[in-house]
Amino acid sequence: MAMAPDAPVQAEVFAARARFIRHIRHVLTSNPVTLLAAILAFLILTAAVFGPLIVPYNPLETNAAMQLKPPSATHWFGTDQLGRDVFSRVIVAARLDLAIALAAVAMSFTVGAIMGLVSGYYGGWTDVIIGRLCDTIMAFPLFVLAMGIVAALGNTIENIVYATAIINLPFYIRMVRAETMVRREAGFVQAARLSGNPDWRILAVQIFPNALPPMMVQVSLNLGWAILNAAGLSFIGLGVRPPDPEWGIMVAEGANFIVSGEWWLAFFPGLALMLAVFTFNLLGDGLRDIVDPRMRT
Amino acid sequence: MAFAVTKLRIVASRVLQAAPAIAGVIIVTFLLTRALPGDPAAFFAGPAADANSIAEIRKTLGLDKSLPEQFFIYIGQLMRGDLGQSISTGRPVIDEIAARLPASLELTLVALILSVSIAIPLGVLAATRPGAWIDHLCRIVTTAGVSLPTFFTGLVLVYVFYFLLGIAPAPMGRLDIIALPPPRITGFFLIDSLVAGELETFRSALVQIILPALTLALFTLAPIARMTRGSMLQALGSDFIRTVKAAGLSRRMVLGTYAFRNALLPVITTLGMVFSFALGANVLVEKVFAWPGIGSYAIEALIASDYAAVQGFVLTMAILFVTLNLMVDVFYTLVDPRLSNKE
Repeated sequence: MAMAPDAPVQAEVFAARARFIRHIRHVLTSNPVTLLAAILAFLILTAAVFGPLIVPYNPLETNAAMQLKPPSATHWFGTDQLGRDVFSRVIVAARLDLAIALAAVAMSFTVGAIMGLVSGYYGGWTDVIIGRLCDTIMAFPLFVLAMGIVAALGNTIENIVYATAIINLPFYIRMVRAETMVRREAGFVQAARLSGNPDWRILAVQIFPNALPPMMVQVSLNLGWAILNAAGLSFIGLGVRPPDPEWGIMVAEGANFIVSGEWWLAFFPGLALMLAVFTFNLLGDGLRDIVDPRMRT
Repeated sequence: MAFAVTKLRIVASRVLQAAPAIAGVIIVTFLLTRALPGDPAAFFAGPAADANSIAEIRKTLGLDKSLPEQFFIYIGQLMRGDLGQSISTGRPVIDEIAARLPASLELTLVALILSVSIAIPLGVLAATRPGAWIDHLCRIVTTAGVSLPTFFTGLVLVYVFYFLLGIAPAPMGRLDIIALPPPRITGFFLIDSLVAGELETFRSALVQIILPALTLALFTLAPIARMTRGSMLQALGSDFIRTVKAAGLSRRMVLGTYAFRNALLPVITTLGMVFSFALGANVLVEKVFAWPGIGSYAIEALIASDYAAVQGFVLTMAILFVTLNLMVDVFYTLVDPRLSNKE
């Protein structure tokens, strides 16, 4: 049976929400860089969602009459060796690049959170094994490990996602583990335990929400890094296959034309990649200001 | 004497701590080889093999034995320096890697030296003049630096310095096509050419390495500069700096002797992450500049499904990484006087 919430409680909730919105507005307006990053992120997300609908040309359509044309009014970013419109390809590529990065980050977030919670809460041999696993992953140069994983699992986009998720896993595990350990014996956790809550409930309801703010910052910073990593793997010929538009592979294809002066083939996808990574890094710094007011400068 | 013994004991324990990392690396590399999709024997046999030769390879590789047995065989092979045969070149993987490793090492080391010698002064200057233009420059460099895809920076540098300005050589490996490599001593062309007294070769090797090293340095510069600035700021805000300032020591003494030496230690510990970045980015830079190191070898091997070569490469890189970290750790132990008082 639903009960009407108390008016004072509701007012309190509203006040808290208003404070939060004011705080976000304060962060966005006091730091123009964060505002810029938020706008850029919105644009990139728009490109990822609506890309194929808004671009002027079909990104896969070749045109023999328009090969290697420099940027012009009709082709803003020029055309490539097959006469495809680089602008359309760069915009459409946002979807694949973001999808790979988001999927990888979501995977490391979920698995990392569970492993970190278990490791920090129970300690003992679980903690030792999970800690060892993290150490082992970190004993590799991470990009090299990703190469090895993709080579072993097979050269597909899904395996790029798995590889990116695995190399990011230790950062999430360690962060959640540390957040869990400091709260394991906190008053509110003991209270919850005494009132008969099972462990999983304490972890999910009492401890995890506390670890969430620093994790969100990590997600944003990590997203940029995941994009960079996935694009690097496809740059060396792993995962994405031509003619699919993807920033890393477009830079790789365009690289052959740099020495003969056709710079736009590699430059625009590279720029898009850089902008996306830059945006998520800035957003991560901005998010840190929002979730952790102590760090605000 | 007791001091030296304590130091030695700490160094020894550091070396021992690297053992689990090496063990983990070997286990993971082993599992990666055995986790190949489908039949590893078919992969190692190559595309032209028939059922008989695959069965034979399965036997020679020991793939018909149990996993633990295979693991011990694998360890035995590693002990003998046997990383398997490269199917694309037909030579032992260890020979291929040994021949190409110096090229990668030379590039990475030159890049790291370059990046440290830019990043540390930049970070120190930024910390001593907060809010000044150099501080803003430092912030821009550190934020932009981590966002730059290495392969993109490399291509932009090639376009500007090779195509537009014409002052850099073509991005085609370690030496001019007409130049002969110097007699091999260390495998580092910059050193070997000087030892052999071939100045022309040295010049050629130097102009070839500048752009790739700069590309790699730009990527690794950001974390070092950021960390230097942060830890220098922290050192400058501490009580002992206030004390030495109050004691009237010169600015040079305060900054150089007291603040900088204390600020340097956290920077050294972040070098581990920097090495990880550098070794990974090395692969991409090698591809852009057609640098004949183990990174470009691994890329060729990946394309050709030459798995023994890829696994050999992953193992080599990981061991290199663990060794570099260990060296930093040992160096840290030796320079930090506080560590010897602990025991």
